[in-house]
Amino acid sequence: MKDGDGMEVVTDRAELTNAVGLHARPSVKLTRLAKSFACSVEISLSAEGPWVDAKSPVKVMRVRAPRGSVLHVRASGAGAIAAAEAVMALVRDGFGEHEGGDHG
Amino acid sequence: MAERRLFGRSAAPGLAQGIVAVLDAERAERRQAGAAEHEARALREAIAAAHAELEMQVDRLSGDAAEMLGFQVAMLSDDELARPAFDAIEAGASADAAWIEAMAAEIANYASAEDEYFAARAADLEDIRDRVLLNLSPGDGAVAIPEGAVVVAADLPLSRFLAIDWLRGGAIVLTDGSPSGHVAMLARARGVPMITGVGGAPAALAGAEVLVDAASGEVVLNPGDAARAAFAVKQSTEAASLAGQAEFRYRDACTADGTRIKVNLNISALSELDGLDPAISDGIGLVRTELLFHDATGLPDEETQFAAYRRIAVWAEGRPVTIRTLDAGGDKPIPGVTIDGESNPFLGLRGIRLSLRHPAMLRTQLRALARAAVVGDVRIMLPMVTIPGELEAVRAMLDAELESLRAEGVVVLRPALGIMIEVPAAAIAIDEFDADFFSIGSNDLTQYVTAAGRDMGAVAELADPLNTAVMRLIGAVARHGAGVGREVSLCGDAGADPTLVSALLQAGVRSLSVAPSAVERTKQAVAAADLRLA
Repeated sequence: MKDGDGMEVVTDRAELTNAVGLHARPSVKLTRLAKSFACSVEISLSAEGPWVDAKSPVKVMRVRAPRGSVLHVRASGAGAIAAAEAVMALVRDGFGEHEGGDHG
Repeated sequence: MAERRLFGRSAAPGLAQGIVAVLDAERAERRQAGAAEHEARALREAIAAAHAELEMQVDRLSGDAAEMLGFQVAMLSDDELARPAFDAIEAGASADAAWIEAMAAEIANYASAEDEYFAARAADLEDIRDRVLLNLSPGDGAVAIPEGAVVVAADLPLSRFLAIDWLRGGAIVLTDGSPSGHVAMLARARGVPMITGVGGAPAALAGAEVLVDAASGEVVLNPGDAARAAFAVKQSTEAASLAGQAEFRYRDACTADGTRIKVNLNISALSELDGLDPAISDGIGLVRTELLFHDATGLPDEETQFAAYRRIAVWAEGRPVTIRTLDAGGDKPIPGVTIDGESNPFLGLRGIRLSLRHPAMLRTQLRALARAAVVGDVRIMLPMVTIPGELEAVRAMLDAELESLRAEGVVVLRPALGIMIEVPAAAIAIDEFDADFFSIGSNDLTQYVTAAGRDMGAVAELADPLNTAVMRLIGAVARHGAGVGREVSLCGDAGADPTLVSALLQAGVRSLSVAPSAVERTKQAVAAADLRLA
């Protein structure tokens, strides 16, 4: 998944399991996380693209990714591995929106 | 005028009676197009002003409301949103026409979504559109809403909802709108009755007297005597039920036989303390530090943590404040800290196991907590403790940090050091743990004892806190605590479930920690329990 030294390009994918898909709050969380990385971070509903800038909430919302769809992520540049991992962790975590209140 | 009934979808339950105030969607006057440069500047300034207004509103708000407006802030901060408008201005359009057209395209994209959640976001975009439009042509004042009015509109923008003082009663009836919209979520949180989708034109209802039963989605226009009488019955039933709970708010929780039970609060965000009176509780039984800071990369630095802990301790006015060290892992991963791809994260590196693997992070947290202990009765609670060695390892780190802080001349106090009881190994061998207090995490204890994952609906019935084995363990922990004089509390969902409270108290639990919104019903359930019947 990593193309040698030089330019890192990482792709990965995960299913959207949170209650309502990539809607308002998840989009804000995703873009905020993506912006914390210097490398480019893009998302898509298909491995073939079209790829959308994960740092733009407007563009991410236009994807309208529903629950159950598979979100692909592509990061390239310095720190791409960490960026892709962080984005996937957020998606797999259901954007921190799990039901069930207390974790006591 | 004849009585008429309208039916819609319940978005937030509740009853209201009042006069209809119709909110018209505001439309700014069309401006004359000036030079492209002038129009672009006007739009840029209007967007910046709308952005500043929004951020000010977000600062004043907390929780869901702040997060929902946060979406608008994020959208408005994104140059992509206005890009088509600036392109149109370049081609000769006026600022407002260009903005309206660009937003119309964006809104249409949302409104056409089959997914109801996305479609509902169209209302947020309309709100963004109108905020910017108002700033393009200042002077259009907002329509004043009389006290207790029933607000009728096609749809209600979030900004307008937030501008209305709902403490004075009132309700929302939308001819359009959606129960999954942001406004509906906030209406539920704030107890504002709300019905969506009654159809028709809002203007047709202007000035009418209405009875709103938002639980059933029914609106009665110009009610006759029979409808009024029926409504009055509903009102008195609802009032009796709420008053029954409200009277417990400031009362110390006591069982029917007079046993005093402590009711503490679970806190996940500092904003939860806004407007919350510490006197409704005996203290804070659980602060979830992993949720407190909303940080994707672990915990913030010592000063930031200290400021947060101090704020909570000051708020508590001397009441005990139990702060749990980072409880990440399991269903709460933190990028860069927790391990990805564990085949069974609930049995993996989580809670204190994880903190002990990141000693620098844990030490920082212990230092901030030791400093905050000077301000109030701050106690440290360790999650997911399995063996006594973990408790002792943290105690040694705490000792070292206390010494090092004192050497630096920093004022510190040793906080009490307790553990959560959620791993069966700790519950069974409770006598081996020399902790200052114990707090039962009923959610995890139940899932570990019954081997039924709490995130799996298919086995949800097995994950029952009333399971004999779970209740025996809770009883054994409570007896041990009473025997050695160490407090035993319970901070899981079970404590806030009125159907479980009596059983927990019978098992020997004398302290419960629940969400702030569950205090009244928990105290009511305690009052109904009678320990003489054991």
